[in-house]
Amino acid sequence: MTSEFAVELRDVVKRFITPEGNEIAAVDHVTMQIKNGEFFSMLGSSGCGKTTSLRMIAGFEWPTEGEVYIEGKAMGHTPPYQRKVNTVFQSYALFQHMTVFQNVAFGLEMEGVKESEIKQRVGRALEMVQLTGMERRKPKQLSGGQQQRVAVARALVKTPEVLLLDEPLGALDLKLRKEMQLELKALQQQLGITFIYVTHDQEEALTMSDRIAVMSKGRVQQLATPVEIYERPVNKFVADFIGESNFLEGKIKSISKDEAVVHIPALNADIRGMPMARDMVNGEEVIVSIRPEKVRIVESGAKTDGIFKARVMNSVYIGSDTHVYAELDGVRLKVMEQNRISRLDPSSFYNKDQVISLLFLPENTLVLKKD
Amino acid sequence: MNPHKRSPLVIAAASLVYFFLYAPIVILILYSFNASRANVTFEGFITETSSRVVMDGSLVKASPCGFFHWYCDLSRNDDVIEAAENTLTIAFTATIIATTIGTMAALALQRYDFKFKPFSQLSLYIPIVIPEIVMGIGILTLFSQTFGALNSALNLTGDSRLSLGIWTVTVSHIAFMVPFVTLVVQARLQGFDKSYEEAAMDLGANEWTTFWRVTFPMILPGVLSGALLAFTLSLDDFVITFFTNGPGSTTLPIYVYGLLRRIITPQVNALSTVWILIVFLAVLALQWLQSREQKPAQ
Repeated sequence: MTSEFAVELRDVVKRFITPEGNEIAAVDHVTMQIKNGEFFSMLGSSGCGKTTSLRMIAGFEWPTEGEVYIEGKAMGHTPPYQRKVNTVFQSYALFQHMTVFQNVAFGLEMEGVKESEIKQRVGRALEMVQLTGMERRKPKQLSGGQQQRVAVARALVKTPEVLLLDEPLGALDLKLRKEMQLELKALQQQLGITFIYVTHDQEEALTMSDRIAVMSKGRVQQLATPVEIYERPVNKFVADFIGESNFLEGKIKSISKDEAVVHIPALNADIRGMPMARDMVNGEEVIVSIRPEKVRIVESGAKTDGIFKARVMNSVYIGSDTHVYAELDGVRLKVMEQNRISRLDPSSFYNKDQVISLLFLPENTLVLKKD
Repeated sequence: MNPHKRSPLVIAAASLVYFFLYAPIVILILYSFNASRANVTFEGFITETSSRVVMDGSLVKASPCGFFHWYCDLSRNDDVIEAAENTLTIAFTATIIATTIGTMAALALQRYDFKFKPFSQLSLYIPIVIPEIVMGIGILTLFSQTFGALNSALNLTGDSRLSLGIWTVTVSHIAFMVPFVTLVVQARLQGFDKSYEEAAMDLGANEWTTFWRVTFPMILPGVLSGALLAFTLSLDDFVITFFTNGPGSTTLPIYVYGLLRRIITPQVNALSTVWILIVFLAVLALQWLQSREQKPAQ
């Protein structure tokens, strides 16, 4: 391998003309470096530019500006059939007029591989996705999950450096999707090739990925490991898109490298938290974010910093957890608490209008730039 | 209400529809076995076989072919053979060319955006909606003016002069077939997902291979339907052929029309029956091809 990066996007822009004649940037100055052997996800809601980015790597679209590099080589207008990447399509795009064997063999035939070798390699690819014995079926005779596996085998049989997957599990039901997530991840680790995975499902991305690029409006909002994305979101969009967050608006009163004190006018109080950007200054309008499971409900007698009295508006028992919706001086907050103790007595749960004490620990409280 | 019990009205309506659709065809076929030369009334079948044709007034009593007398008669008619050859030559040539052009047009209209796309789409309907006779006169005018100009400009004389003939009919047929083929193929392409082609290219096939290995097999049923429609339109086209044919390029519809002005013998019926049979077999073959395509391979 010649390059440290399997795929690199350098300042890539892709503009489209809408039917109304307006120009829109589907991908807006995106730069990312995808390492060899990495399971890399592009995560975002529809229209965020993730699929367009993937299609530019595959060669189905060409960047308006910037450049895509595969294995260190600038791709320019290289057509898809000359790129060492293969794609698993959202719709699978299995050739309906061919059998499973013919579908998987297609790519090898195009390379001019000998017939005996094709047979062998197709056999191995189908074995890898547990479809041995299905060679002579047509795609329509297979279940959704099986079709998905054929699509994966068809792409992997070419032994690409990079496998591109465009929401490959989107059409499957939840249970099958979870199974396939684990299978794909295992396959990626076993083969050691780079996977670039496009999804709108944050749980899927968190479960499978080594690194995630969270995208919105054609831009990369944050590119980091799943843990960093969840625990240290860089802005409100990421904090909101990944998991759940409580947001409070405020103004920085004092700031150091590790801690910011933010005055929250709605609570008429100060909250201490960790600044998530380096360039914050005193007096800056910011957003304080805290995840529901990181708010602690404490004994009402406790008297430390960061404790606020709140009134329970609603509490929902969902088995493993209890979700408490509380009001704090007109601000609504969600709190999640694990049900660590088995109990039945209704009075031991949080009831409406009950007053509770909430603890915001500075290490759980993030101070984000207002965008 | 029991859904299996049908109203007598429905049965009556259905019977009438079938009657009007098929009674003429049944009568046509029946009359091709008529013993009478006059072909006005049915005088019974020709039952006897003999070494020569035995006539009794206008009635054929016996014939070497017996029951199939008029078919034998037809097969000895060189004019019919020539007209049939012309018809099939024109139909096959025009179908192949029109299907190629129509398919390419449909692909272009589906796939690309260009300045005159709405106009191109609309212009497809013009040859379909304008009366055929108008188009026939138009094409005739075009040919005669062009030929006149070219003949005098190039000093063509005698046999080398450009004139109406089998190829002018073929070109005219292509002209009216292309919109039909394009529309039929377009309908088929409507649900065609471009990711199939992207997948082929992703797997290493260039544009040419992608078309022949993936796109074409997938749109083939639509192309075949378009071709069959074009073929049948060409086979029985009268109006445009009437205006654009010349000496030696008589087609079957033109020939039958010529016969009608003289005398109608059951030969015409025999000819029509053979014709129906050929078209019927062609449709059956297409159906079989399509059903085989859809049937899962085992």
